[in-house]
Amino acid sequence: MYRYVVTRLLLAIPTLVGAAALVFILMRLIPGDVCVIRMGSGGAHVNEAAVEACRMKLGLHDPLPLQFGRFLWNYFTFDFGTSMWSGNPVVVEIGKRLPVSLQIAVMATLIAILLAIPLGTISALKENTWLDHIVRVLAIAGIATPSFWLGIMSLVLVLDVTYYTTGKAWMPPIDYVSFWSDPLRNLSIVALPAITVGYRYSAVTMRLTRSAMLEVLREDYIRTARAKGLIEKIIINRHALKNALLPVVTLIGIEFAFLIGGLVVTEQVFNLNGIGRLFVQAVQNQDNVLTQALVMLVVAIFVITNLVVDVLYAWLDPRIRYS
Amino acid sequence: MTVTTPDRATLAPPKDETADLHRSPWRKVRDFIRRQPLGTVGLVIVIIMFLAGALSPWIAPFDPEENDFTAMMQAPGVLHWLGTDQLGRDIFSRLVYGARTAMLVGFSAAIVGGLIGLVLGVASAYFGGWFDLVFQRVLDVLMAFPLIILALAVVAVFGTGVFNVIVAITIPLIPRCARVVRASALAVREIPYVDAARALGFSHARIVLRHMVPNVVAPFLILLSAFVGQAILAEASLSYLGLGVQEPVPAWGLMLQGGAEEYATTAPWIAVFPGLAIVMAVLGISLFGDALRDAIDPKLRDR
Repeated sequence: MYRYVVTRLLLAIPTLVGAAALVFILMRLIPGDVCVIRMGSGGAHVNEAAVEACRMKLGLHDPLPLQFGRFLWNYFTFDFGTSMWSGNPVVVEIGKRLPVSLQIAVMATLIAILLAIPLGTISALKENTWLDHIVRVLAIAGIATPSFWLGIMSLVLVLDVTYYTTGKAWMPPIDYVSFWSDPLRNLSIVALPAITVGYRYSAVTMRLTRSAMLEVLREDYIRTARAKGLIEKIIINRHALKNALLPVVTLIGIEFAFLIGGLVVTEQVFNLNGIGRLFVQAVQNQDNVLTQALVMLVVAIFVITNLVVDVLYAWLDPRIRYS
Repeated sequence: MTVTTPDRATLAPPKDETADLHRSPWRKVRDFIRRQPLGTVGLVIVIIMFLAGALSPWIAPFDPEENDFTAMMQAPGVLHWLGTDQLGRDIFSRLVYGARTAMLVGFSAAIVGGLIGLVLGVASAYFGGWFDLVFQRVLDVLMAFPLIILALAVVAVFGTGVFNVIVAITIPLIPRCARVVRASALAVREIPYVDAARALGFSHARIVLRHMVPNVVAPFLILLSAFVGQAILAEASLSYLGLGVQEPVPAWGLMLQGGAEEYATTAPWIAVFPGLAIVMAVLGISLFGDALRDAIDPKLRDR
């Protein structure tokens, strides 16, 4: 187990370095370097001397491999530079906005698990009944519906319902407060985004739970368990579900990382100041320093989640550990 | 100990396994419709969307850009079937023209990305060795970017607009395709005819393109249908964020921009219909893709 964890950890490093290289190259493909964009924004006359001084200071004349090495080292020491738009350090900008996004991501994951695993299991147990059909339609609708439109629709619904019942349209507040200081206000902010993102997430998970469960239920050891007279509840919980959930664990992990991508659009809908919104603003403002930091953040989250999932998987399934 | 007598089924002549190959295309279509009613519905939706996109100028009753300031935010009715938006534009006409953008971006990104991924994936499996090893690591890196994040990063570099959006969505689809295709191609590579072709002195390019690619087409087609759906969703998301297709090109994602909250009580149809169009398009292609998978490879059913 120890060996396995170390190997996986070492394999994650080239992925991160490769991603950094890709981001580094992409950002250098943008016409005009950081200095030109910073000095020349707003169509003002570009002071050549100032641009040159800035280039010298940032070392833009150094050979590219050296620049890349410095880029890597800065990231390794958690120095992500300063935002070109606000002038604040990128760490501060991200730190301010991370809590909202993380809370929505965690809540969406919980919603997805609580919905998907019971529904997927029931759907598999009652295969081809009306219950199964309803669950499957729910799942496929969840995959086809863009979460941002679901978000818009839920906002419209809340506005309409409050307008016609109380006469005054109510919208969830947009200024984030932490759960610990004002739980009710906090929940009224994050509940809708978490549900809309969580629904899509649960749809994917539901489909996998159902198909994994169907596969396991046809295994010989389930027949054996039935033959020796075990009660159905134990067969399902202890024998079937335990095995069927193995691939589901992986999917939940992978989807968690991709959730951050989905938040980019959902936060826009709900006007939430999370990292997704920050990402869009960074791209719109051509704040390349911020953009590359955010891309790297998302990739790092993905790599780390994958690592955790793999280790968890090995811990759950001895076959992986010893192969 | 009793000897069980074989029942009628086992006595019946064995079913001709190759029967499928000899049927006429028309029968295959009829069989598909009978066995996959949901998939047929999906296919019909996709065809309708496709026709709407191809024939937009003849279908749309109004110019999608025409502002009729005497008829702003009108409810769906006889003249404006799905109502008008806050600028007095006919929503149905805009949806029809939006289908053109959605289909163009969805299909071109999926097909181009899919084909590049197909060739790369098969080549990687065929050559093996260090090429495969390096290629695998490159795929690992590319797969670490969520689709929309990589697409946004590409837009940050190349800018917005229809063509750039297609490029931005194509790039993240390539590794996703290559990975799946490589897995199938690895199995094909073990089949002796590949070695036979090599022994006959065929070139690498010929073996990859003529002998291996056709044998991984089944999983590829299933993948492709999923990609079209993902690409349509990605285009809608990018356009909604203002970082995709730009006005005046009509796009469903653009139609959802603004308007939703402000007009929730007065004109909810502005936000409802474009979203429904996206759902219909993606649902249609997913249903068809699911049915295609069942029809091509029953082993993969319900995966």
